Amino acid sequence: MTFSHSHLLGIEPLAPTEITTILDLAEQYVALNRREMKHADALAGLTQINMFFENSTRTQASFELAGKRLGADVMNMAMQASSIKKGETLIDTAMTLNAMHPDLLVVRHPHSGAVDLLSQKVKCAVLNAGDGRHEHPTQALLDALTIRRAKGRLHRLNIAICGDIAHSRVARSNILLLGKMENRVRLIGPPTLMPAGIAEFGVEVFDDMKEGLRDVDVVMMLRLQRERMDGGFIPSEREYYFRYGLDAEKLSYARPDAIVMHPGPMNRGVEIDGEIADDINRSVIQEQVEMGVAVRMAAMDLLARNLRARPREVLA
Amino acid sequence: MTSTLFTNARLIDPEQGTDAPGWLLIEQGVIKAVGSESDAPDADEVVDCAGHCLAPGIVDIGVKVCEPGERHKESYRSAGLAAAAGGVTTMVTRPDTQPSIDSPEALEFIARRANAAGPVHVLPMAALTKGREGREMTEIGFLMDAGAVAFTDCDHVVTNTKVLSRALTYARALGALVIAHPQEPGLSAGAAATSGKFASLRGLPAVSPMAERMGLDRDIALLEMTGARYHADQITTARALPALERAKRNGLDITAGTSIHHLTLNEMDVADYRTFFKVKPPLRSESDRQAVIEAVRSGLIDVISSMHTPQDEESKRLPFEEAASGAVALETLLPAALRLYHSGDLDLPTLFRAMALNPAKRLGLASGRIAAGAPADLVLFDPDKPFVMDRTTLRSKSKNTPFDGQRLQGKVRATYVAGRPVFEAP
Repeated sequence: MTFSHSHLLGIEPLAPTEITTILDLAEQYVALNRREMKHADALAGLTQINMFFENSTRTQASFELAGKRLGADVMNMAMQASSIKKGETLIDTAMTLNAMHPDLLVVRHPHSGAVDLLSQKVKCAVLNAGDGRHEHPTQALLDALTIRRAKGRLHRLNIAICGDIAHSRVARSNILLLGKMENRVRLIGPPTLMPAGIAEFGVEVFDDMKEGLRDVDVVMMLRLQRERMDGGFIPSEREYYFRYGLDAEKLSYARPDAIVMHPGPMNRGVEIDGEIADDINRSVIQEQVEMGVAVRMAAMDLLARNLRARPREVLA
Repeated sequence: MTSTLFTNARLIDPEQGTDAPGWLLIEQGVIKAVGSESDAPDADEVVDCAGHCLAPGIVDIGVKVCEPGERHKESYRSAGLAAAAGGVTTMVTRPDTQPSIDSPEALEFIARRANAAGPVHVLPMAALTKGREGREMTEIGFLMDAGAVAFTDCDHVVTNTKVLSRALTYARALGALVIAHPQEPGLSAGAAATSGKFASLRGLPAVSPMAERMGLDRDIALLEMTGARYHADQITTARALPALERAKRNGLDITAGTSIHHLTLNEMDVADYRTFFKVKPPLRSESDRQAVIEAVRSGLIDVISSMHTPQDEESKRLPFEEAASGAVALETLLPAALRLYHSGDLDLPTLFRAMALNPAKRLGLASGRIAAGAPADLVLFDPDKPFVMDRTTLRSKSKNTPFDGQRLQGKVRATYVAGRPVFEAP
């Protein structure tokens, strides 16, 4: 078992073996979570603080549940409502936190790199729960676990990521992870929603969705982040749905056994047809949520082991 | 009448393009004579340069001193000490203070502060429009009378072309130099990086390098209309260079500068969101950096500036998008520029053409030369002396240098302003 990091800030610094380590451990927690008695004590005695500078229900709940299942004392801080509004800087927040002696800090922030900055200033293990347009590593890990369980492997698959790539941290983390595990990644979306220099990421880029979906094993839809739009990226929602919304006809270009994924929350009728989202033969969206808890348990467990292995004066 | 003879010097003469052993005689603050080793005259005082380089003092266009408004970031005193230690003998200061330097009264305040506090020459620039808001032109005539050497809204682009064309027309009649920041502000709004693989990987809002060319193209068209004297503060991309070349070939009164950071760093240096590397415009790709070096070599880009921009820790210790832009550079300008000398990209006369001769010429100053009759503004430096940059040793009040912890070569031994030593290395 190898996992040598003191924080989980992104997929970028992880080696393929470390990704496999997290996924293998998460499998054990999937089994635990399906039992009646769901408790383990990997985080017993540790304090986990969830700091969300951006609204989130699902990710925060998933991290909270993961921490509680492993016996941590979990506290949620809704930062968008609190001191940040009073002008406190991120560094001040870090100083305040240090005084509370947390062991695990789960952070979501609207600016790329903010979690990285915070990790340099606090004395505990930091997990990135999404920073700006940069990374959302636990989402990519739960997607990977879902794919591995559905397809029986996590390599040599054709995987299409569709939609608003430019504003998506989920897309970045998935591109990095799936690339590290030797899959062929295709990106599908209107050119206005593709980041610059994307062709240099070792991916294939399509603006025609049918062409892009041809023979893929996995279709990953992204949420069209309307709240992030400065305006004018797409002409209208209905034109977007017509060209890039996943419906039965477009999906017919993928492999017959292709699975459909979505990080949630979905905009039914904007990026995905409701019937496909609910099709238990194709959609693994519910499974993704389940894997999310397990993957977060595994990530926090591994970080806590490294935390406990460090000399005490480092923590002091 | 005291005279000083510098012997055993390696004279860097940007006018002649020479780098050769020689001596230099100064008398009453002015260079009296220059010669090769054999026929050195007598003098009251002799300085043995020990083979080190003697070059014209640097004329730095675009230094931000944070008076008035943010004196805790940089004062005229601290900036002057930093300049002297960096071989900068003339600071041409920016008006982007709080409030902006946009009235003769504000300019007189600057002149008073600068003269009281500073060891080096300070030449203030004034805003082109009131409050740098791009709506009404400032009192260009009065400001010139009060000592403004150029007019600039700094990194604020005058978006209203009618306002800019009138300001350029008015400035032309007075012979005033206008310095602009070529950038298409619609494209660059909110950007913290240059668009491309790196910015996409880091998830940073980015601007296409094309925005610089679009801004320059617009300004060049306005120059054709108005015939004004114009200087582009920073040209940092390959795509903007052909337009600049054409404008010069067509005889427009245009010059261009670039910053030392764009010459010596590229976008990858930002690495894991290091905000000391956040400058405006953002650092570019390596191919852009190479193209800009070549443009300095050929003379297409006339001026290298420090674009010295002090920022305190609080404004830099923020997520990258929120952090303030700019870097201090008065003390690192010369050693950073010497990287280009040590890498074989630019020779010393070319560097001092861009750091001393050309900026002095553009502002109508007699300095920037190693020749009889020129003011004895000089820098004596050892181009090879290696050191590791420690930002806490900087004389600037703000320590936001991207070169912290980096190996640099080149140390200033002494700096002279009008023949007087204003800095001597311990």
